[in-house]
Amino acid sequence: MAAISREEVAHLARLSRLAVTEEELDTFAGQLDVILQAVAQVGEVAAADIPPTSHSVPLTNIFREDVVTPCLTPEEVLSGAPDAEDQRFRVPRILTEDVAS
Amino acid sequence: MTTTLPAYDEVVARYEPVIGLETHVELGTNTKMFCGCPTDFGGEPNTRVCPVCLGLPGSLPVANKAAIEAIIRIGLALNCSIAEWCRFARKNYFYPDMPKNFQISQYDEPICVDGYLDVEVGGETVRIEIERVHLEEDTGKTLHVGGATGRIHGATESLVDYNRAGIPLVEIVTKPIAGTGSLAPDVARAYVAELRDVIRTLGVSDVRMEEGSLRCDVNTSLNLPGQEWGTRTETKNVNSLRSVERAVRSEMLRQASVLDAGGRITQETRHFHEDTGDTTPGRSKETATDYRYFPEPDLVPIAPDPAWVAELKAALPELPRVHRRRLQQQWGLSDLDMQSVLNAGAVELIEATVAAGTTPAAARKWWLGELSRRANESGVELADIGATPKQVAELQGLVDAGKLNDKLARAVLEGVVDGEGSPTEIMTNRGLEVVSDTGALTAAVDEAIAANPGIADKIRSGKVAAAGALVGAVMKTTRGQADAKTVRELVLERLGVQG
Ligand SMILES: [Zn+2]
Repeated sequence: MAAISREEVAHLARLSRLAVTEEELDTFAGQLDVILQAVAQVGEVAAADIPPTSHSVPLTNIFREDVVTPCLTPEEVLSGAPDAEDQRFRVPRILTEDVAS
Repeated sequence: MTTTLPAYDEVVARYEPVIGLETHVELGTNTKMFCGCPTDFGGEPNTRVCPVCLGLPGSLPVANKAAIEAIIRIGLALNCSIAEWCRFARKNYFYPDMPKNFQISQYDEPICVDGYLDVEVGGETVRIEIERVHLEEDTGKTLHVGGATGRIHGATESLVDYNRAGIPLVEIVTKPIAGTGSLAPDVARAYVAELRDVIRTLGVSDVRMEEGSLRCDVNTSLNLPGQEWGTRTETKNVNSLRSVERAVRSEMLRQASVLDAGGRITQETRHFHEDTGDTTPGRSKETATDYRYFPEPDLVPIAPDPAWVAELKAALPELPRVHRRRLQQQWGLSDLDMQSVLNAGAVELIEATVAAGTTPAAARKWWLGELSRRANESGVELADIGATPKQVAELQGLVDAGKLNDKLARAVLEGVVDGEGSPTEIMTNRGLEVVSDTGALTAAVDEAIAANPGIADKIRSGKVAAAGALVGAVMKTTRGQADAKTVRELVLERLGVQG
């Protein structure tokens, strides 16, 4: 059984606002399946006594003090933007409203 | 759509409401959650951003210790357990209010869990259970242009300012609150008010709803008695205490009218409108809740040292409920009197006035009397009326010194509220001081006696009560600027009668 379905790839593409053609869906579903199967092999090795790992280094509590550091200039901030207006990033309208919390 | 809404009394007689509140509080730290950009308001667009909060390649976030400390203190004040170990999580979504295409938040491992907050509603204590308190980062501001309304519909593009992106945001989520019946709207309001007071007491945020540093989403559902809870809606943009109450009430009425007509409630996000007090549906977005959370790999887990947590707990300030109880005792107020002080939003104002040297009774008299009346008339919060506790204390000082009588003090207070200056300035500028020059007063008294020989005779023959007429006459000639008690004494003295 495939690790990822064509429908799931289509769903992910939609969430990422990527226009993917029918042919591309077939291609990506196949490629992603190979990648996921490879990664899934790790799961076979992990026994019950191995906790899931989210961080490669065993560190906790790395904090910084609440001290202001210099910001970029607006020119620097917008230098990589494809488009800008009124010192703001200009982006195409996004259809979904209020996605963020 | 013009459907007639059922009466509120009928709705609560037939249905049981369940509410839930999600509150977002912007912390008042100097810097953002994961970078050193300042958090102060009002900067030019995109002047408070750096590679980290812009999500530029190669940049790495580091958690702000002050924000971690603040949320632990909030959790402790809300009687929560503090996680021994927890992680941040990425909340993935496609929207330009975050430059990274994700928001750093917390998912299944919030830093504070299972707390409660007791609130007073109608003389009863209601325990609101807290599900979780977690940390996340605020988003940038998008401005929709090209459309006629400034809203997203019809807009052709958005302009984005990331100054607010990355400001530490605390989300406080209640468990479902059931069994409050007709009081549900009041419970919701009381909860948000109490939460605001707690957070303000902790000094971790200025919690100003109108400025958006405290924002509220309200969940509401209705069910028939004895049946399962109904489908809930989530009302967003509820940005004042009054709106919290109105949002719950209007959503209860709307849902009841749908259910009465045999309809079903759609689980959806709705928007609250301050002007009309009702809610309208937001766009439904069946896929948007698929945030694909996963542990944030760029931030190491948080494992608060229990000794540190114990230290923070021991150092918590006196919380509002305890504080209020102490004040009530100090001020010698009944529960009912204290409730009216609370309802008027006058606790801190009276407290500050007393601290400035006024007796509790006098402070309460001004804030609940003249000033509350003015606030009601002009539809503003008492705290925004334009008079400060210091000014009220100064006013009462002038009364105590005999320079103002009650009537004059009221006139001076009007001036204070209208921004004419300090009580002393207004008294002097408007010539409102009590006539204390005994010579002038005696002349006025003699004049009144001469003008009213009949009354003077009555008083001489022992009818002391008749003195009131002469006192009134003197008060008239001095335009109210005499101390009535002094005038009365003078009248009796000039007529050779014992008071
Ligand atoms: Zn930054």
